[in-house]
Amino acid sequence: MIFTIAGKDLKSLFTSPVAWVVLTFVQLIVGYGFLKRFDDFLSIQPQLLQLPSPPGFTELVAVPTFSIAAAIMLFAVPLLAMRLIAEERRNQTMVLLTSAPISILDIVLGKFCALMGMLLIILALIALMPLSLSAATRLDYRLIGSILLGLTLMAAAFSAVSLYVSSLTTHPIVAALGAFGALLGMVLVGEHVADNLHARGLGVLAAFAQVFSPVKNFEPLGRGMIDSYAIACLALLVTLFLALTVRQLESRRLRG
Amino acid sequence: MAAAAATICARGLSRHFGAHAAVDSVDLELRRGEVLGFLGPNGAGKTTTMQMLTGNLAPTTGSVSICGVDLLESPVEAKAHIGYLPEVPPLYRDLNVKEYLDLVVRLHRVPKAGRAAAVKRACERCGLGEVSRKLIGTLSKGYQQRVGIAQAIVHEPDVIILDEPTVGLDPNQIRDIRALIRELGGAHSVILSTHILPEVEAICDRVQIMHHGKMIYADTIAELKQLHNGRTLLVGLNQPPAAEELMAIAGVVHADLVGENLFRLRVAPESDPTEHIVSMAAQKQWGLRQIGPAQTSLEDVFVNLTRRDDS
Repeated sequence: MIFTIAGKDLKSLFTSPVAWVVLTFVQLIVGYGFLKRFDDFLSIQPQLLQLPSPPGFTELVAVPTFSIAAAIMLFAVPLLAMRLIAEERRNQTMVLLTSAPISILDIVLGKFCALMGMLLIILALIALMPLSLSAATRLDYRLIGSILLGLTLMAAAFSAVSLYVSSLTTHPIVAALGAFGALLGMVLVGEHVADNLHARGLGVLAAFAQVFSPVKNFEPLGRGMIDSYAIACLALLVTLFLALTVRQLESRRLRG
Repeated sequence: MAAAAATICARGLSRHFGAHAAVDSVDLELRRGEVLGFLGPNGAGKTTTMQMLTGNLAPTTGSVSICGVDLLESPVEAKAHIGYLPEVPPLYRDLNVKEYLDLVVRLHRVPKAGRAAAVKRACERCGLGEVSRKLIGTLSKGYQQRVGIAQAIVHEPDVIILDEPTVGLDPNQIRDIRALIRELGGAHSVILSTHILPEVEAICDRVQIMHHGKMIYADTIAELKQLHNGRTLLVGLNQPPAAEELMAIAGVVHADLVGENLFRLRVAPESDPTEHIVSMAAQKQWGLRQIGPAQTSLEDVFVNLTRRDDS
């Protein structure tokens, strides 16, 4: 049932121009960043060879490319998520789902899966850029794998937050702006608060604040370090916001 | 036994929005094979009641059971028995009719083998054969309404709940849809909300009238008319006497001048003064033009019930 809803929403994402515009711009920006880095790499390659243990293609080209992708997610996810619940409520089509023998949890998970499906397509297209050079150079597949895991988890966290904001309003644009604001807040404030609390020796509070700073939790994975606490924080953030979304939709039934 | 045959059984259903009671302790029962007309002026609480019956709105107090399953305790199981057309049909404009109905049958867990047949049957029943490949967004209002009805019946639910199903249809389509609802009433049970009175007279077995959130009447249509107007006679006289003179005739309870030289006589139960009136009219040269039982329309009854409550 989750996949029926996911299929429907994924299809509707692709029938709207938003998904195509986002896909196009993500490809353009990331593609430009990748080529620029690649060009720089080729020009400094002779000097690199003189170093005792020079950084390779993966560190100098692939990692920065993925960093651009991480930043772009901050804009792309709210735009892709904005219609998922807000528009269904606006067009009063949500009734079709809530009258069918499906639990609210399945509806929310279905929509979350649709969004993740779209984001995985975007990530796969981005991953293809450095991977296309696998025949020409030796790539560090473990580092790339770790970064992709981190990006997927961070995208999931962004998706859960954006989905929740989309359930709060019936205006897709308001949902997109709200989600963008919430994510930006988390990136800027969450991180700052976590560092500050840590510096003051308030370890427990800092650990708690770290849950709400998805980008900070992405960083260790982005360096190739599988940090289980960071992964747990991202998973917790996803669960929390999906639960909040379910609760929001349930309360609509209770409050009318 | 009555409980076993009941497809919907709602007891003491209330819904408050703040201090305002939109629906106030409504009881409702629907048996298999019945078409129930749900009448009421705008804002009477019809839609709110239907939202509660379909699990889209939680009642403040009261219980609903659908085919013996408690809607509040096990909503997913109970909803499997319901087909619901809300006030605004829940249509995805960027799907075509076939894709949309295909999605609906999957959402309602129709087994894979039966899906294509169910969609085809619903298209035929609602006259959507020719437009099944068109995008819903490009269809006219009438066709969209039919897609909405198809959506409510495609999975062959036990209970079909239709909120103003004939809105926006042309007279021919309305006749088709009424015939369809009658047909559906054979094997399923149907609740139909409307404020179009002839519709209720034409297709419903029973009628419930709501006003200000309360159920003010529930019975069969024939009894409804009987109860509130008693038996009445319409008498047309060219040289009418005073109303008092008519009231003096044995068996006549009350006489009203309702039109030009036209009287409506309320008749005492168990009596038939028709013959007496005819001979009186001949004797006193009133010029009897017409005499016969008055056709009371549901409209009169409805206006009577809802107005009386206001005053």
